[in-house]
This record gives sequence, structure tokens and C-alpha cells, in this order.
Amino acid sequence: MRLLRIVATLAWRNLWRNRRRTLIMVAAVSVGVWAMIFMNALMRGMVDDMVRSGIESLPGHVQVHRLGFRDDPSINNLLPLNDAELAAKLDAAGLVAWSSRINVPAVITSERESRGVTLYGIDPERERKITFVPNSIVAGRFLEGVSDKGIVIGRRLLDALETDLGKRVVVMSQDPDNEIADRGFRIVGVFEAKLESYEETMVFAGKSTVQRMLHVADRVTEVAIMSDDYRFVEQTVQTVRDKLGADVEVLPWTELNTYLASMLTVMDGFALVWTIVIFLALSFGLVNTLVMAVFERVREIGLMLALGMRPFGILAQVVIESLLLLLMGLALGTLLAWLSILPLQSGIDVSAVADGMEMFGSSSVLYPKLTMADVVLANVVVLGLGFIASLSPAWRASRYQPIEAITKV
Amino acid sequence: MTAVRCIDLCKTYRQGDQDIKALDHVSLEINAGSFLCLSAPSGGGKTTLLNAIGGLDAPDSGEVWIAGRRIDHLKKSELAQLRLMQIGFVFQAYNLIPVLTARENVEFVMQVQGLSAAERVRRSSAILDEVGLSGLENRRPAEMSGGQQQRVAVARAIVSHPALVLADEPTANLDSRSSDELLRVFVELNRKYDTTFVIATHDQRVMGYARRVIKMLDGRIVDDIEQHAD
Repeated sequence: MRLLRIVATLAWRNLWRNRRRTLIMVAAVSVGVWAMIFMNALMRGMVDDMVRSGIESLPGHVQVHRLGFRDDPSINNLLPLNDAELAAKLDAAGLVAWSSRINVPAVITSERESRGVTLYGIDPERERKITFVPNSIVAGRFLEGVSDKGIVIGRRLLDALETDLGKRVVVMSQDPDNEIADRGFRIVGVFEAKLESYEETMVFAGKSTVQRMLHVADRVTEVAIMSDDYRFVEQTVQTVRDKLGADVEVLPWTELNTYLASMLTVMDGFALVWTIVIFLALSFGLVNTLVMAVFERVREIGLMLALGMRPFGILAQVVIESLLLLLMGLALGTLLAWLSILPLQSGIDVSAVADGMEMFGSSSVLYPKLTMADVVLANVVVLGLGFIASLSPAWRASRYQPIEAITKV
Repeated sequence: MTAVRCIDLCKTYRQGDQDIKALDHVSLEINAGSFLCLSAPSGGGKTTLLNAIGGLDAPDSGEVWIAGRRIDHLKKSELAQLRLMQIGFVFQAYNLIPVLTARENVEFVMQVQGLSAAERVRRSSAILDEVGLSGLENRRPAEMSGGQQQRVAVARAIVSHPALVLADEPTANLDSRSSDELLRVFVELNRKYDTTFVIATHDQRVMGYARRVIKMLDGRIVDDIEQHAD
């Protein structure tokens, strides 16, 4: 411990022997760390927006289905529990929000055109906390209750059906007895979505109205559940599994939408690769600085070895010097990143290049997302790799022969 | 009691395509408490012999014994430990660590030895006073004269009471007044602590302070003189 104290003292003071070189290196590390964190915040914000949009498009964070529903999403695969039983169990589970739905493949027909769609019978009040649709109505209104007899469809479907708000359409599907089940609905609302396919294939009606149409009493096909954070849903999955038993399939959104889940994985990988690439650029400067610092102090190193300091003390001195330099750069870089992201919290308008982004479900306003994980990642990578990079010059310094080092010209 | 024993030491350096015999079958015994000068012209082998005694350089053949322990076969870490605990060094130049103050330079060896802060302060204050550097404790080497720097180096060499102090041309960069002051410090410390001093030099004034002078030429001992010091 006492050796560490003298070694740390020497490392710190040696850093400031060449003040300009140290400050330049600290500045380089700071800018590198800032770039790591800032860029990751931008990318994280974009992916976060995509994931939220994807989750709000219906899946929620967790979904419950009857076993086999995902292979055959038909009216024959109703959940074994009815509305009241579901409410009793899920209301007691302390969930952030949940909503039961009935969704079946259907055909919607206007006076001119027909299209294949997915009909969702929903509880409008509960859905407000889960899906984007209530907030995306661009004409008319959203559904007002489970018994609402109107229907809400997407803008593109409205155009494809060559119909309009207030007009009637017929929705046709099958009931559990494989008999045709159909009903006329008046279009009461039109929504727009980030993804074209949502507007073309999703139609929403009151849950009770759809249940009556399909002759399924108070049964549903799925339950969507929200948790506090889409990244941490395992606890919610377990809670719901415990409440609903083994007859149902409880899946997190990452398994329901593997594309979005893979985006998160890709983002995590990107953050790591980006951080490492920047560090590699920095490492040349770092190693060069340390090599120069050691080269300038060969005689002192020889003196310390001659006086009885073990080679480990010399190695530790160079490594600590490197870590102190990196720590200063990290602190400054992290502060810079935070200060530069803070004023951008209200969003960056990227509409000029937004067409491609919207195709992937991301909006034209980018909200940088500074996460502790990315800050920790940048700090750990820089410190970890910096430690490794400093080992080479430190090792060389510790291997000097005392007398050769002292007499080195 | 024998502080240092060298038996048939040989050391050859390669310089260009020539072999230079720095030590040529050197045998030597130094008693504890001696004040001894190794005298030789440049290239005569005195520094090589000093480095071999201090465990800084290994001889090609022969044996080196310090305080009854053979050291020429020791590992690096064992030699480091030996130098740390038993030998004090004063070099010709680059003696001090520039980023440390006089007191910190003196405390350096004690800190590596693991002595407590209180003990370090007590000893460093006493020794700095003894070598006449009271009041200069917080100065860095760049803020001191050459003579003062050498006295700090002497203080550091002696502060942990080693059995042996090896000094290589300690007065080479000093004026005559500073040299005399430094040598008087050497003599006083030798008398007070009974520390063995081995000084490599070709400075006649230094030899005047020694009780024994060993003259070397071309890596061999050519004369061994006992004398009354000035």
C-alpha cells in the first residue's frame, strides 16, 4: 500500500512534467469519449424510437395467447380464460397496464373494393395505455367503448377501399363453428401509422361488438401487457405466467417481434464496435505518449531500480500514469457528452433525411438517449483497453537493467 | 568482520570488435566500517567493480559476497531486495528523482521498504539536518545546487542505515568547496554509524579522506594502500 502511494505520487507528478503533451492527450481522450457517448446516444435514440413504435403498434411488452395461436391465429384458438377471469387475475398482478383483445383474420369490403385485414376487437380505454392508434387518429374519432359499433381503419386502407369516413363497410370472418360471421360497420375514425403495412391491414372495432359478431361470448384471443421498461420485461413475463398458469403462452416482445429485438442486439454490438474503433485511434496517441514519457525517464527508472524498487513498481508507475491520464479524459469527455446531449433532449429534426428512417419505423425527430450503460461501456472500454495498451511500454520500462538505464545517454 | 569479499572477479565487455577486460581476476576484501577509495583512470574498472559489489552488474566469473552472503547468483528480485535493505548508492549524476522534493527523495527508499510515515519523517528530518539541508526539505532537485543535490543523495543513501554505501564519482560534478563539504559528511557518517563506504574516484582530494586506497589499472588491482585520512 505504501509502495502504491509513492508509485501513484510519482505517476501523477510525472504526468505534469510535460504539461502540454498531457493536456493534448487528455483533450484527445475527451473528444474520443465524447464521440463514443454522443454517437451512441444518437443511435440509441433512433433504435429506441423504432422499438417504441414497434411495441406501440400492438404487441405491448408482453403478450398472452393460447398455446398454438401464433401458428394458427384463428378464432378456434381463444384463450381458455374469459374477460372476467382475466381481469380478476391480471388486475391483482400489479401490472403497469394490460388489455385483452380479440383479433382474427377478416375481409373488409366497401361498395367498391375488398381487402384482407386483421380485425381487432379492443377495449378503447385500456388500449390508450398500450397502442399508438388512439393518438394517431387523423379524421373522425377513436372508439368510445367496448360496445362501439363503429370501426377505425388506416388511411391507406381507406384509399384502397375507395371509401370515406362515415361510410359503411362490411367485415367478414369465421366463427368457432366455421360459419361465416359478418357485420356492417360505419367508419368512425381514420388513423395514420409510421409503417404503411399497419395502415393497410389493421382495423379496430369495439371488443364486445366483435365478440357478438363472432359468437364467442366474452372470450378473447390475446392479452397485451406493458411493463415499466421494454428492456426489462422478464419479471413481468414471470408474474403473468404465475398468474395465468401453463395453459397459455406468455411471451416478451423480443420473441414476438424478432426484427426489433435483433435491432437492439445490433445496436448493442454497434455501440461496442464504435467505442472500440475510437479507442483504437486513441490508443496510438496513448502508447506514443507513454513510450516518450518512459524514454525521457530511462535514467530515473534505472535509479529507482538501483535503489531497490522492484520491476513491478516501475510497471505499476507507468500503468497508473496511463490510467490517470485516461481518467481525466474520461471525466471530461463524459461531462462534455452530457452537456452536449442535454440541450438536444427536445429532439433533433432530421426530416431532411427522414424518408429512409420512417421506412424502418423511426420518426423524423431524433431524440438522443443517454444511457448509463453506454457511459459505463465507454468508460470501461477506455480504461480496460487503455490498461492493456499501457502494459507494453510499462513492461519495457520495468525490464531495464538498472546500470544500463542509469548510464543511458 | 568482512563487509565485502570479491573472489577472482572477471568481466569482459565487447566494444566494436574488441574485447575489453573491465575486471581481470580481481580479489578483494573490505572490512566493515571501512572508508575506502577505488582509484583508477577512466576505463580502469573501478565503476565495474563497484557495480558488481552493488549487485547492479553481474561478473562473468568469480564470486561477490556481501555481509557473508554470496550475491552474484541471486535473482533480480533478490538483488533488488538486497540493494533496498543493505546498500546505499550515490551516483555521479542523475541521483535524484526530479518530481520529488528533497525530503521525498530521502524518504523514497524507506517508503519502498514499507516504513511508516511517522518513522520516515523522523528519520528524514534528522538526516537532512545532519547533512546540512535543514530548511531545504521541500525543494525539488532543480531548485538546489549540485552540492546540495549530492548531499540529498547521501542522506538518502544513509537514512535507512545500510551496512554499505557505494559512491561512484560523487564529487565529479562539484566544485572544490562542495566536494570538501560532501566528503566531510561522508567521513562523519562513516564514523557515526560505522557504515562501510566504498568510493570510486580518480579525484586526489577524495583519496585524501580515505583510510584505504585501492588502485586499479586495466581491470586489475595494482596497489592497495592503507593510509591515515586527512
